[in-house]
Amino acid sequence: MVAGKIHIDPEIYSVLEAVSDPEIPVLSIMDMGIVREVILEGKSIHLKITPTYSGCPAMDTIAVDIKLALEAAGYQATIELILSPAWTTDWITEKGRQNLLDYGIAPPLNDSQDKRALYDGERLVPCIRCKSTNTKMISQFGSTACKSLFQCEECLEPFDYFKCLK
Amino acid sequence: MNNLYTYLLMLGDNSMILGHRLSQLCGHGPNLETDIALTNISLDLYGQVRSYFQYAAKVSGNPANTEDSIAFLRYERQYLNGLLVEQPNTDFAFVILRQALFDIYHLYLLEALESSKDTQIAAIATKSIKEVKYHQRFSSSWVKRLGDGTEISHQKAQYALDTLHPYSFDLLNENAIEADMKEQGIGADLHIIKEKYQDTLKDLMVTSTLTLPDNTFAHKGGKEGVHSEHMGFILSDLQYMQRAYPNMQW
Ligand SMILES: [Zn+2]
Repeated sequence: MVAGKIHIDPEIYSVLEAVSDPEIPVLSIMDMGIVREVILEGKSIHLKITPTYSGCPAMDTIAVDIKLALEAAGYQATIELILSPAWTTDWITEKGRQNLLDYGIAPPLNDSQDKRALYDGERLVPCIRCKSTNTKMISQFGSTACKSLFQCEECLEPFDYFKCLK
Repeated sequence: MNNLYTYLLMLGDNSMILGHRLSQLCGHGPNLETDIALTNISLDLYGQVRSYFQYAAKVSGNPANTEDSIAFLRYERQYLNGLLVEQPNTDFAFVILRQALFDIYHLYLLEALESSKDTQIAAIATKSIKEVKYHQRFSSSWVKRLGDGTEISHQKAQYALDTLHPYSFDLLNENAIEADMKEQGIGADLHIIKEKYQDTLKDLMVTSTLTLPDNTFAHKGGKEGVHSEHMGFILSDLQYMQRAYPNMQW
């Protein structure tokens, strides 16, 4: 299986696009990159999704939401949770990153910048409000396992940063 | 029971019992940031447990087994976690030292399991290792802060280390099941992990100005189901709902 891009029937795509992460409602599951394979046979669909974090409590809800959305569009869906290849924040689309930012969550930096910002205190994460990179980490773990808490030293805005997972 | 099933229980039980210990701190952490961190780590561990136990249910050969029955309906002697993870949340130094010792072991274990011949175990390891790297950074950085902090934090960290260290060998000493899994290319080689573990721990202790105890006395038995007195209390907590209301669901 090719990591990253997958081919999906456009009609199904638009149904799936409308399903979002209940914890980050602006992020569609397609923009999160958790849908890994869609097998369409007539009106039945077999769909493979992969969890972001192992313990992500949203996965079960997302699976139910996908099923209901596809049912409403006239499809019978079975959903399989797969672990390999493991999800990475690289699979979040450009649009997804922009939506995160608009929502007030700083999107993940690349792996090496991420580690320097989280562990060496380097000021690299741009503030979601004033864009200054004069920001510091308040807490390595934030409101959910996938985020850290940062604060801007210029405008004092506290904000979530979506950690790089690679 | 087959060895693969037993091996999966050994892997899953460590994460579950430590995850439970950390979940007991929810709302009781010394400050908001550490409280959130410890419960997030607990959540990661529970996610990993689900993967192990879903797979264990499949390979157990008994259709009545589910991830829930494996998690909640065994007797104490059937839990195969190491003794370290069941040690209590005595104080913050104990929580951090217990976590640091486990994380170092866990990271090397998962690194080895990434190349397991069993593709499901390899997939779980590859997934988990990304999370455990964050755990290890968190716990090690706190060991440094406590050890190289104030006189009192140093004293408490040293006491926690002295107390917990004898419980850590239990995870690292290979038993018959682990030897068999290693032979089959499914399990990790604990001899290699033990060496890496000891090197990393030594380095961490130097930077943290803590002293590894000379005493090599090792408590053992966890992986054979012989636990410390804390285990019964953990299970009465953990199993209460399923024992009192069999098959209840949220
Ligand atoms: Zn700002």
